[in-house]
Amino acid sequence: MSLDRSQVENVAQLARLQVSEDAMSETVASLSSILDLADQLQKINTDGVEPLSNPLDATARLRADDVTESNQRDAYQSIAPSATDGLYLVPKVIE
Amino acid sequence: MEWETVIGLEIHVQLSTRSKIFSGSSTQYGAEPNTQASLVDLAMPGALPVFNENALRKAVAFGLAIDAHIGKRSVFDRKNYFYPDSPKGYQITQMDEPIVGLGEVDIVLDDGSTRTIGVTRAHLEEDAGKSLHEDFEGMTGIDLNRAGTPLLEIVSEPDLRSAKEAVAYLKKIHSIVTYIGISDGNMAEGSLRCDANVSIRPKGQTEFGTRTEIKNINSFKFVEKAINVEVQRHIDVIEDGGTITQETRLYDADKNETRSMRSKEFANDYRYFPEPDLLPVEIDDAYIQDVRDHLPELPDAKIERFKADYSLSDYDATVLAASRAMADYFEAVVDVSKDAKLAANWCMGELAGQLNRYEQEISDSPVSAADLGLLIQRIQDNTVSNKIAKTVFEAMFRGEGSADEIIEAQGLKQVSDSGAIEAMIDEVIAANPGQVADYRSGKDKLFGFFVGQVMKASKGQANPAQVNDILKSKLQG
Repeated sequence: MSLDRSQVENVAQLARLQVSEDAMSETVASLSSILDLADQLQKINTDGVEPLSNPLDATARLRADDVTESNQRDAYQSIAPSATDGLYLVPKVIE
Repeated sequence: MEWETVIGLEIHVQLSTRSKIFSGSSTQYGAEPNTQASLVDLAMPGALPVFNENALRKAVAFGLAIDAHIGKRSVFDRKNYFYPDSPKGYQITQMDEPIVGLGEVDIVLDDGSTRTIGVTRAHLEEDAGKSLHEDFEGMTGIDLNRAGTPLLEIVSEPDLRSAKEAVAYLKKIHSIVTYIGISDGNMAEGSLRCDANVSIRPKGQTEFGTRTEIKNINSFKFVEKAINVEVQRHIDVIEDGGTITQETRLYDADKNETRSMRSKEFANDYRYFPEPDLLPVEIDDAYIQDVRDHLPELPDAKIERFKADYSLSDYDATVLAASRAMADYFEAVVDVSKDAKLAANWCMGELAGQLNRYEQEISDSPVSAADLGLLIQRIQDNTVSNKIAKTVFEAMFRGEGSADEIIEAQGLKQVSDSGAIEAMIDEVIAANPGQVADYRSGKDKLFGFFVGQVMKASKGQANPAQVNDILKSKLQG
């Protein structure tokens, strides 16, 4: 399956990745070849095989509903680029 | 043309766990910003989620309450999108294998008829933080205390046919989740929020029209208004020859209109994939049975029991069982008063009236169920009439004391001394010779006039049954 340039641009936009003009044709080609491999795998007969959502042969460990974390705001915010009044500050989000 | 409205609701219920769904941070409402946001909630590299068993238990309880299929194996997925109040860049949710599958609930409509509404699924996910758009040095403030609060998203089938049905369904879900204690259901604090999918089609047509989704409606009143205004917009657009665009819209309560959210910011391409940081969740029959064993009586069962045990009407039973707090209060009143009919009348009448007047919840009622039960006992033993009891109740509500204290302090004790009542009746008869003559010549309706005069003379404290008896015999002369 081969991707075209606009599909790659769309995926890059969704992932907030910047693909430079120089790298574009190579990115299109390598992503296409990854999908080709997926296509090849799709051809395998998987009738009666349970979908695998995790490669480990294990199920989730559950946590008791206890509050185990204490307030570490000052420590966490000391490495934040910007914080005020206890809030993390980010570039303005347009409503 | 006659249009049919088609509505489906997605209801987000915050589960009332102590800690978050994937971290040990507190979920307490109203804390200082970011004091309940730990490394997992902040998406620090290397911090891994661990699933909270109580969130699972509450989700299973909901599934059992609506008689749904419970997923013995459920899987978490990543829903990818970028927004600053979700620092991971994805939300952990459930896509293909949710914890709760197909179920149903019954709703009662205004005309008393019942409709069954399908619940497609209910899945667990994490809530996002909050963005504060007030100006912080030209930036947006982020509070991540809410990030990671467990949510159960309950998705209905497109079975609802009017805004009123949507409200009835939302109230039913609200009633169920608060009954089984999986959420406080506080809509003002955002514990229960609702998205509505709305479309219209010509009556009789089976295919659905194009739908729009109204996001984040946070009160019963707004659900009805937002849907009605959106339905009217669809009709106007289509009847003017236009077409509806599938999009997400916001309801503006001040203007009573919906408006489009710019679709670019919410590109509907979430690229779901299984969450590699969490293993599949598996539960067995014993676990499900344990949750079932701890389920309290549900609203529908309670209504039936109230009708059977207390001989209440359908209406009374439905009103009293609508909230667990009211139902528990009512039963506590019956316990003390031993009179279900009087208890029902007082709970639905005076109690509900006073709570409404002072805008209080039943849990904050200044009059306890036991105290109301004692007041009803005083009606039963003829210490006070029903009418005087209302005066006593108002005083109790204002915190002036118990029924007995108020009756004693204000001298409200009913006069049951037949000598005293006879004397009052004699006075009334002597003072109204004309009416007495009219009554005796056949104007039976005047009896009420005499009762009124005697009650007035006794300041309402004469025993009404005795007044009736003595008055009747004296008037017959």
